[in-house]
Amino acid sequence: MSSENKSLMTPANIITGIILAIGVVIAVLRFTKGLGAITNLDQNNPWGIWIGFDLLCGVALAAGGYTTSSACYIFGLKKYHSAVRPAILTAFLGYALVVFALHFDVGRPYRLVYPVFLQPGTTSLLYEVGLCVFLYVTVLAVEFSPAMFEWLGMKTVRNKIHKLTLALTVFGVVLSTLHQSSLGALYIAVPSKVHPLWYSPYLAVLFFVSSIPAGLSMVIFEGMLAHKPWHHMMDKTHLDEHDGVILGFARGASISLAAYFCVKLVAMAYDNNWAYLATGWGAWWLVEVLGFIALPSLMYAMGSREKNIKLIKWAAVLTVFGIILNRFNVSIVAFNWQLPAGERYFPSIMEIMFSIFVVTVGVTVYRFIVSRMPIFFEHPDYKDAH
Amino acid sequence: MKRRQFLGLLGAAGITATLGTTAQASSKSFDGYPEAKGVLFDATRCIGCRKCEAGCNKVNKLPAPAKPFEDLTVLNKVRRTDEKSYTVVNKYQGKNGPVFRKAQCNHCMEPACASVCFVQAFKKNPDGSVTYDASVCVGCRYCMVACPFNVPAYEYDDPLTPRVMKCTMCHDQIQKGELSAPGCVGACPKEALTYGKREDLIEIARERILKNPGRYQKHIYGEKEMGGTNWLYISGEHFADIGLREDLGNKSVPEISAGPLSVVPMVAALWPALLGGVWAINKRKEKVAAEEQKAAVKAAKAATKAEADAKLAKAMDSAERDKAQAIEREVKRALEEAEAARKEAEEAAKDGADKDGEGA
Repeated sequence: MSSENKSLMTPANIITGIILAIGVVIAVLRFTKGLGAITNLDQNNPWGIWIGFDLLCGVALAAGGYTTSSACYIFGLKKYHSAVRPAILTAFLGYALVVFALHFDVGRPYRLVYPVFLQPGTTSLLYEVGLCVFLYVTVLAVEFSPAMFEWLGMKTVRNKIHKLTLALTVFGVVLSTLHQSSLGALYIAVPSKVHPLWYSPYLAVLFFVSSIPAGLSMVIFEGMLAHKPWHHMMDKTHLDEHDGVILGFARGASISLAAYFCVKLVAMAYDNNWAYLATGWGAWWLVEVLGFIALPSLMYAMGSREKNIKLIKWAAVLTVFGIILNRFNVSIVAFNWQLPAGERYFPSIMEIMFSIFVVTVGVTVYRFIVSRMPIFFEHPDYKDAH
Repeated sequence: MKRRQFLGLLGAAGITATLGTTAQASSKSFDGYPEAKGVLFDATRCIGCRKCEAGCNKVNKLPAPAKPFEDLTVLNKVRRTDEKSYTVVNKYQGKNGPVFRKAQCNHCMEPACASVCFVQAFKKNPDGSVTYDASVCVGCRYCMVACPFNVPAYEYDDPLTPRVMKCTMCHDQIQKGELSAPGCVGACPKEALTYGKREDLIEIARERILKNPGRYQKHIYGEKEMGGTNWLYISGEHFADIGLREDLGNKSVPEISAGPLSVVPMVAALWPALLGGVWAINKRKEKVAAEEQKAAVKAAKAATKAEADAKLAKAMDSAERDKAQAIEREVKRALEEAEAARKEAEEAAKDGADKDGEGA
């Protein structure tokens, strides 16, 4: 690979190095001084951006894995096949990072297996999230492994695992449905703390439905970012299918965003929260619902109708930000809304730096893998084997 | 997927759904342990002396506070329970001067913390107390998120073994016989706190409200809030004015989360069938399409062949006819030629005879 012959001291690598170094320092502080020393968490605000961003957004944006693989293998849209591997890789890394980040947020990470193996709290929706994420990370690792085995030349194992594709895909969709929705359902327990415009008995449905456009948009967004630097790694099939994938996913994202928009409205109307729309909270809610759900839905629809790839890419960016905004709203902005301003939470600089560190770790591992393994191209030994 | 397999999955889904609703129904009918104890707090009696705080600190061996318990200036700021204090007294502005209210764990009858804990670190005991087991706690802090009263506190400054700290209603000390009532109750000089069976406490509270018209709000806070709590409050002020939210509703957290929890087995049971069905339909579609294509190709081939055969036959036929016609034509011509030759010969013979006649 030509990039390896060049000097490692590229600007991107230097920035990556600095961020990783800062992350390591914060990690050391976390395990020597405790969460109190580096976060703005307090007794009233026990969950900050390491949950709101690293966990909630991480899981939602990694939904590209189950949406793409189910489109290809279950719904029979074979023309999206070249999008499956990049999507599975992103999902796998996303979930791996969620688990990685959780080790810093929970008090005793060495006990993270307790809920699964020692003493399951089956009445807890967090138990459900934990179990599903644990299982799904395993499923994603297996789903991703053929790429690694092809790279390593381990044919027998690769072919054996390849036979499991359909079962793994179905299992993946079941697990994703469950934990995507349960992340929203975590907040169903606290009607007294989340602002009524964001609280709903339908939170589980809202989180699940929104994960679909989130996943589809991330596939488009990621393809957009990866296309230039790894163009040389992409085979003819991948490049030929690329625009078709974008157009198809845009249609899917448009429809699922429209559905999400409807569920948002129904949830608001069901609790008769119309009066809140006239408040400042209402204005903020409308910004989210109109600007980051309705607008990208329309943009996607127009983009796929007119085959306007550029418009579609902007819609993808808007959707991704909209999902992040929504998860932040539920977990941070609208959470504890009744507390006086002085008792509200705002992340510390170290919390923000650590979240950037986690994303950087993901991007670095992604770069390492796609530069080597058959992600954007089909391994010559396994052509037409799908 | 085979039809039988599909039906089997549906059956399994049905059973799981039924079980799910049964579990939900049984959790709804829980009215608390009959012998459960509790504490009644009377805000009209509390003088804000902080002796309960000191008593709690002592029996629970908590670290010494930054300012001594005798210092009443700390009351000028509203505080909450934290990792070093299981209980705090706060001062509020009442109709006739300051009013005080003690805060601590309310020991819900169906505790939010216990229902949301993913390792069952919290336990509702038959004596009414809600206790915490640090030996399994992962430190996820969902209990703190879920508690509607903002009670559990976390040891944020402990990097490796942080605990969640909260009032235990002195469960251990009472079980061991070290105490006959919680530390705070024993320390109160004004009998603002009464320890006893929850049922009895409700009777006492009702009696006080009835016997002292105008002194109390006609409500026992905690009798129904969040499904009922074992710590109860009566007050002359509106409860919202002494820091107790009146908008929490009477549903317990387990009741609120029963809906989403009941969906879980349904998804697990139905999704594989639905997705497998979609997959099977697509597979079948592909197969049918392939078969149809094959049949179409076959039919097209046959049609082409028949057409070709017909054409060939026709060609053969016309060729044959052409041949026959040609023969006929040839024969005819030959005959005609022969006829012409015969006539010619006849003519010649006639001419010869005439010539002979002339010559003779």
